Amino acid sequence: MKSIKQKRLTLILLMVAGIAIATFFGLRAFNDNLMYFFSATDVIEGKAPKDHLFRLGGMVVKGSVVRQPSGLTVRFVLTDMAKEVTVEYTGILPDLFREGQGIVANGKLDANGVFIAQEVLAKHDENYMPPEVAGSMKNKPAETQK
Amino acid sequence: MFMRFIYKFSSPPYFYSISGKMLPWLTALFFLLLGYGLYGGLVTAPADYQQGDSFRIIYVHVPAAWMSMFIYVVMAISGGIGLVWRIKLAEIVSISSASIGASFTFLALVTGSLWGKPMWGAWWVWDARLTSELVLLFLYLGVIGLYNGIEDKRTASRAVAILALVGVVNIPIIHYSVEWWNTLHQGATVTKLDKPSIHIDMLIPLLVMAGAFKVYYAIALLLRCRNELLEREPNGKWIDELLEKVK
Repeated sequence: MKSIKQKRLTLILLMVAGIAIATFFGLRAFNDNLMYFFSATDVIEGKAPKDHLFRLGGMVVKGSVVRQPSGLTVRFVLTDMAKEVTVEYTGILPDLFREGQGIVANGKLDANGVFIAQEVLAKHDENYMPPEVAGSMKNKPAETQK
Repeated sequence: MFMRFIYKFSSPPYFYSISGKMLPWLTALFFLLLGYGLYGGLVTAPADYQQGDSFRIIYVHVPAAWMSMFIYVVMAISGGIGLVWRIKLAEIVSISSASIGASFTFLALVTGSLWGKPMWGAWWVWDARLTSELVLLFLYLGVIGLYNGIEDKRTASRAVAILALVGVVNIPIIHYSVEWWNTLHQGATVTKLDKPSIHIDMLIPLLVMAGAFKVYYAIALLLRCRNELLEREPNGKWIDELLEKVK
């Protein structure tokens, strides 16, 4: 003989479990739409949309940033450690934009496979440390993150 | 044993008198933690290697975001306790948490936006973390709206508890959004199984601030619960006895 309280508790737990399962499948169905950006590999493999704007995320390859002598146009290479995509952008870059930094660019591929960005956002990582610590980590390449 | 304690603590006269005794201590603790946390965060913590002094907004943003989720869980669980055991104080704790939680959510969104503009280059982006946190704010507002829309407060509490329990599914989504999907928001720094990826001199003030926010929530919650108790039982016998003592 179950008491009314146990019944209520079971009902509530069943309800929460049901909603959790429904949400789980709902999110799985929309998984691709929930991705904020595509990686360079997605673009090379042709998963990224061809005809409309999309966002491309990755790390700026060290030594790849080339500024045009006049104007604000910048060219750089984005990588996801596997594949690379060249990006061209005209405008003011965020303060955190630098080589070796993660960024997200919004734009479109042109006929040559160059990503023409209309907007560039910097993505900072989850590491926080004083400059001295960051400096000493650079001197020990084994501990440096990729 | 545990249930006996719950029943005793949740009897209105007992709760009213013990919360009155706790409040001054909590207030003192709050100012102590807040003072130390703010001094540590704004003065003694070193500047970040990439973000410089701008990163210091973390000392408000992250504790506020943690509180927004913590308070939601408290609200849902106490709502659930109210549903099952029909304890009046649990219902009151649940609804009293809603507006405090909504404030912390709003604070997390605003400070995040202020942080996002200089660092990312955008006030707002529709990535999974930001969107799910915004959904949390709407859940809180829904709870407050629903509660105020129903005349009988005990019925309202039950309706609200179900809404709060349904919304609990959003809490793991917020927490894991940065792992499950590509987001502009960075991954977890402190709340992960690995060693926190923040320097210890920056971490301690952050944890102290998180403690200060928790104590603030306790204070605000007790004050709101006391008001709500008096409002719900204006003719309670224990209130008359309390007034006798004051005279």
